[in-house]
Amino acid sequence: MKKIEAVIKPFKLEEVKEELQAMGITGMTVTEVKGFGRQKGHREIYRGAEYEVDFVPKVKLEIVVPAEMTDRVVEAIIKSARTGKIGDGKIFILPLEDVIRIRTGESGKEAI
Amino acid sequence: MISSGDTAWMLISTALVMLMTPGLALFYGGLVRSKNVLGTMMQSFICLGIVSIIWVLYGYSLAFGGDINGLIGTLQWAGLKGVGLEPGPYSDKIPHLLFCAFQLMFAIITPALITGAFAERMKFSAYILFIILWSTFVYLPVCHWVWGGGWLGKLGALDFAGGTVIHLNSGIAALTAAIIIGKRKGFHTSPFYPHNITMTVLGASLLWFGWFGFNAGSALASNGTAVLAFFTTQIATGTASLSWVITERIIRGKPTMLGAASGAVAGLVAITPAAGFVGSTAAIIIGFFAGIICYLGILAKERLGYDDSLDVVAIHGAGGLWGALATGLLASFGGTGLLFGNPHQLSVQVIGAVSAMAYSGIVTSIILLGVKHTIGLRVSEEEEIQGLDVSLHGEAGYSIR
Repeated sequence: MKKIEAVIKPFKLEEVKEELQAMGITGMTVTEVKGFGRQKGHREIYRGAEYEVDFVPKVKLEIVVPAEMTDRVVEAIIKSARTGKIGDGKIFILPLEDVIRIRTGESGKEAI
Repeated sequence: MISSGDTAWMLISTALVMLMTPGLALFYGGLVRSKNVLGTMMQSFICLGIVSIIWVLYGYSLAFGGDINGLIGTLQWAGLKGVGLEPGPYSDKIPHLLFCAFQLMFAIITPALITGAFAERMKFSAYILFIILWSTFVYLPVCHWVWGGGWLGKLGALDFAGGTVIHLNSGIAALTAAIIIGKRKGFHTSPFYPHNITMTVLGASLLWFGWFGFNAGSALASNGTAVLAFFTTQIATGTASLSWVITERIIRGKPTMLGAASGAVAGLVAITPAAGFVGSTAAIIIGFFAGIICYLGILAKERLGYDDSLDVVAIHGAGGLWGALATGLLASFGGTGLLFGNPHQLSVQVIGAVSAMAYSGIVTSIILLGVKHTIGLRVSEEEEIQGLDVSLHGEAGYSIR
């Protein structure tokens, strides 16, 4: 099993979700996050004072999949989240030891 | 002979001016960080209590009751003895007590204006002591000089609704205060975002609304002068809002809502001394330069490096000074300015502005240094970082997370 974490542009969330649902992904966790990468932040001006805002708002998705689905899911995220401009985000793939469904106690792939 | 029309208008005007102080609380409250919103609003709101009591006990009397050498009133009306429902010496059309109430609202908002200069770092106890002393030793004398039969009024200084008494006075006090209390922790190293500009816009709007009472009410009657003051207030304020936004668009690239709200206040300040003395075109000129001058005043602050947190000096000091001088240039109703052939008026305006600034600056310094070396002005470093709301008032502005 793998855990896929993708940090994407917030306005792309709906498209990514629909793409993943269409390929049979049954669940995900979404968090609003802030961070910085190569994309620069922006300037905000309040009266005379100028502030460089370094942290850009992003959305982080966490999806758990059977190992064999990883490539397809990654492709789907790239396809739906890409704008081609700087700041499209990143995908991280992590090995996952186990998953347990709290209600039934099922574990492993059954619990995804 | 009391006029019911004048009395009705002055009752409404008095209530309008009262609303400006909570409006100011919102205006300032939105500009600070969320951990200081209540502490900041409280500084304005508490004036409604403290100054009211001062006014009854001795304030109204020292400002308006009698005269000692043109400098201060007497205690003849202390406790409002003799100030009743019959007309008084300042208007024969409204009850004396109503004039007293109207003037009270001005005395309340003036110290509240200064609070923007030391926002986010002053002890509440020190603040209370400061406004009692400041109202007594700065506001009452300057108010007497201009309106209470004092030397500036006799000299012929034109100040329709309080440009010198209120705005220049509080603006200079603010400069003094910002310097004496010192910068906020993290000034120019960490960002100080205004936490709720929508609140600031609401506050500016209430100030604009209330200011019709402030300026048009200063006619003390429901008459043509009131209409003129009402109209010039609107025109100058709208123009200043626009000219501020245009200036910042040229200098910094973006037209901001905060700029539009700040420009409106700058325009209100500048038209205050002139409102009943100038025509509509003059109001456009006053407003236009008010927006530009006050915005440039803020940029100057950034260079000079003092932490006038909410820009009282630039808006009320610079705007008040421009208004006082503009009145000397452009007056054409009930007074004549330089451009209408009376250069003497401009020199009187300069004398008025300079003496109010000098007096306010010196006495405010003495008061603040006195408070600093007795009970202290600032909260502790820990309290400042935690925020005034929790550390001074034991409450939080926002509990929904």
